[in-house]
Amino acid sequence: MNRIDAKRRNVVDHRKKQFAEATYQPQQYPHRLNFYTTPPTADITLEQFEQWAIDRLRILAELEACSFRNKTPAETAAHMEPLLKKYLPLDSTSSNHSQLFAQRQKDHYSHFILRLAFSSTEDLRRRFTRVESMLFRLRFQGDDMRERNAFVRTLNLDWEPVSEEEKRELATELAATVGFSGKRGQPTVQEEEWSKVDWERVPDLIEHRKVFVKRGKAYVPSREQQSMVMTEFNSRLEKALELTARALPRLDEDDRLTPILNHLSKNFIAPDSVYTNSSSAIEGAEISARNIDNLSQHFPMCMQHLHRTLRRDSKLRHFGRLQYTLFLKGIGLNLEECLVFWRSSFNKMSDDEFNKGYRYNVRHVYGDVGGDSNRRSGGYSPYSCQKILTEHAPGNGEAHGCPYRHFDEQNLMALLEGVGINDKVVLQGVRDDKQKQKFHMACNRVFEYVHKNEVRRAKDEGVMTAAQLETIVHPNEYFKRSYLLKNMGKIAKKEGDGDVKMDG
Amino acid sequence: MPHSESTPEQQEAPARTQLTPTMEDTTLNLGNGGLTDEDLLMADVEDVESPPVVAPAAAIEPPSSAPTTKPASPEEDAPVDIKQETKSEVKLEDLFEGMDSDSDDEFSSKNNNNKDVITGQIPPSSPGPAAPAGSNPDLLRVFYQLLFPWRYYFQWLNHSPQPTPDFKFREFSLWLTGGVVFRFQSYATLDLLRKDVFKHLPERIEIGPIYTANPRDRKTFRNSSAFRPIAKELCFDIDLTDYDDVRTCCDKATICIKCWQFITMAIKVLDVALREDFGYEHIMWVYSGRRGAHAWVCDRKARNLDDHKRKALGNYFSVVKGGEKTGKRVNIRRPLHPHLARSLDILKEHFLTDVLEAQDPWREEDRAEKLLQLLPDIKLRQALKEKWEANPGRSSTAKWGDIDSVAKSIPSVNAKDLLEAKQDIVLEYTYPRLDILVTEQRTHLLKSPFVVHPGTGRVCVPIDTNDLEGFDPLDVPTIGGLVNEIDSDSSGMVKKEGEDEDKKGADWERTSIKPYIDQFRGFVHGLLREEREFVRVKREREEEEGKLDF
Ligand SMILES: [Zn+2]
Repeated sequence: MNRIDAKRRNVVDHRKKQFAEATYQPQQYPHRLNFYTTPPTADITLEQFEQWAIDRLRILAELEACSFRNKTPAETAAHMEPLLKKYLPLDSTSSNHSQLFAQRQKDHYSHFILRLAFSSTEDLRRRFTRVESMLFRLRFQGDDMRERNAFVRTLNLDWEPVSEEEKRELATELAATVGFSGKRGQPTVQEEEWSKVDWERVPDLIEHRKVFVKRGKAYVPSREQQSMVMTEFNSRLEKALELTARALPRLDEDDRLTPILNHLSKNFIAPDSVYTNSSSAIEGAEISARNIDNLSQHFPMCMQHLHRTLRRDSKLRHFGRLQYTLFLKGIGLNLEECLVFWRSSFNKMSDDEFNKGYRYNVRHVYGDVGGDSNRRSGGYSPYSCQKILTEHAPGNGEAHGCPYRHFDEQNLMALLEGVGINDKVVLQGVRDDKQKQKFHMACNRVFEYVHKNEVRRAKDEGVMTAAQLETIVHPNEYFKRSYLLKNMGKIAKKEGDGDVKMDG
Repeated sequence: MPHSESTPEQQEAPARTQLTPTMEDTTLNLGNGGLTDEDLLMADVEDVESPPVVAPAAAIEPPSSAPTTKPASPEEDAPVDIKQETKSEVKLEDLFEGMDSDSDDEFSSKNNNNKDVITGQIPPSSPGPAAPAGSNPDLLRVFYQLLFPWRYYFQWLNHSPQPTPDFKFREFSLWLTGGVVFRFQSYATLDLLRKDVFKHLPERIEIGPIYTANPRDRKTFRNSSAFRPIAKELCFDIDLTDYDDVRTCCDKATICIKCWQFITMAIKVLDVALREDFGYEHIMWVYSGRRGAHAWVCDRKARNLDDHKRKALGNYFSVVKGGEKTGKRVNIRRPLHPHLARSLDILKEHFLTDVLEAQDPWREEDRAEKLLQLLPDIKLRQALKEKWEANPGRSSTAKWGDIDSVAKSIPSVNAKDLLEAKQDIVLEYTYPRLDILVTEQRTHLLKSPFVVHPGTGRVCVPIDTNDLEGFDPLDVPTIGGLVNEIDSDSSGMVKKEGEDEDKKGADWERTSIKPYIDQFRGFVHGLLREEREFVRVKREREEEEGKLDF
């Protein structure tokens, strides 16, 4: 066996070498879409290096902001169109655009430059993969059908066509999945092109029960191809980024690139982390354990619900504690006060139990204990709306999450009325928002209603800029803005240092 | 010859010769002192090289309901300096998870059910009523030495006769009486695992993932990609506390055969879907010792799934969403996905007998209100409400029948809407409710099969899916009962002493745990057969490829 292995290794290495040499040929871009499997080889100037990266970053940041705002794919596409034209145009082959090569080269190179900047930590890699996937998806959807199919064929995804006979056999099951898009004029089971793939290749379709799956094979209609391509794009990029991360130390030696890369990654600030340090800056506010009850009038509904549940039950379950502790940290409650707050809130518990079960976790959140990286980064970041909306939906007896999303209409109305929001127009608006899954809109609508006088005054007097009054996408921003508005007279005018950078 | 058809396994024979002579000593020791707790526990703790520790489980529950025999608490918060022990990449969610104070999941690492928490250092000489059998060190010693199916256990996790990374790099965590937890333990051989278990006599053992490297060395890896989980059985966890809003017979930690049917129907639905939809074959269902069941899907393909795909699978099986505040908890598209159509077919019968008849969930007026909220058409709701108010105490079965009969007289009712609403209700009351994190995360620890539930003393035995209706959780062997069986039996066995060990057979064969171990053995053999086949095909393919290269 060993001998065979050794032999094989040689052969593979040999092929690899040939392949590697081939990539040093001048690059061609026969397709508009790119899976970025081949690294760039030509030289570019340092100015191009930086400018291309910044342009792409601008696009990615904007895409991320769209997702934080919960924009629909159509809204996102409309929002992005002019920006893409300006910063990262990419025309179809059939357009015969004179800059076709230049466009594709810039797209190709800028992607790889940002890989270098964003491969260093797992968190950056995850976000980069996410936004790059969004960009790819956007372009994939907008691509010319013929060109897109030609591109997909180059990917060599192994899809097995479903025979006419099998289609007939499984007609009932397949029909059940065809009907899901709910449109009239759908192709019938027989008209539709089906392919069979291992279910692991289309987890997104499985997750939402969009396809029929039998003994491990998913039956995917042609219109769902995109899901398979996206999964492939994602997994290839993830793997490539890990390889980049391992190669990164060698790059440090090039001291011309390091400052640029560092600068790039700093500009890609996580909206989640923006509140760790800056927001304790509300001057004159008494952010202390004993004042939380009073301050809670400025909390968004998600946090008010947690606070009320905590007061009612003298306990919260773990995701609730997590979400709330991070929020309190974000409003500027320091570690000592936070410990006091939880200690006094868990009033049915002995000191001993509190110390054993909870003290450590609160300290960990604040970066007071834990591993080096935790302490260096000051612990965990308060959750953004995006995170609260999408991760860990609350189950039985849990109070975390976003009430606009996770409550049913009746309970949500009861909650809102419970905090004194009785205006019929506002409540109807919230119901509509909820139905359209515009949970941010609902939350912002409530904010506007509760602060309508102050907002008007702030605008009139120019106390706050329009940028400071744009859609809230973070519970801590909600608190901060609410507090500032309600205490306008008492607090000196301050710059909005708590704004989410990526949203600009 | 019970073991003759199994694959050879090197450590079994010497270990057994050690075990048997100690049996009598052990049984004599019952109720008779012997080692003190300090000998068993505290002294050994020192021996473990930098034992990773999570905060003590015993420390978390509010005192209101805790046992009155509170231990003298150690001077320090935790027996080991937690700060020093926490890995740098520890996830905050995980930390909080381990700390849940009112978790309704007794088995994942976040367990803290009151009755499971053993706060006292119970002197072995006086196992009074405060000492549940499931954590009595003397009973545990007999159990682990004579009743635990080590050989099959090893084969199950190792997938091969010789120790492979599947076993060596697997995380075990040992939960000791008193709340000390050793996480990230791993063992190069079965013998080492067994020795460690005999030494610590954990009241429970949890199984984690197989890592890229030895879990004990995890701190030597600087980045998380070098030390990461790569495989784990695909697991499902169903717990009756998640059914508290639909069961009327019991609540919290209590169960009876009536509400156990919720688990039975859940197993039916999941088992057939895992086989028919996903093509898995090696699925073991295990009673969790009190009020739930775990599935271990052991097919190679399932073991290698990453978290993203596990999440997709978990959500495929997630139909009843949200909690008490969510209102209508089932919202599914029509036409019904084939999986849901099949599930509904299975569940309809159970709904009529095990829910409507056995649980009678809508007999009281306020509970019937919940049913009304799930129905379409305000006129229908009004008419039913009036009818039921006029007939207080009307049974749930009758009320369910009323829906269709009353609807006939109300022209505004849309028949299709009503049918769909009724289907949704059936699913809301019967479709499996999963603890999704157990399925989604490879790193999630799950209680091992065949350990003893510390609160009930019942053994976590496999459930025979061919006879689901015949399984009664209250009939499952308990550690106390099993040790008694050995005790009374071993006196009779004295005559046979001197006989060949093999002829005498293993001790468990003479107890009521036998059918469960037999079942486990059959399961493991099926799994190993497929593993051998996989290795053979792989070798052939490699040889083919090798030939091409020459
Ligand atoms: Zn019951």
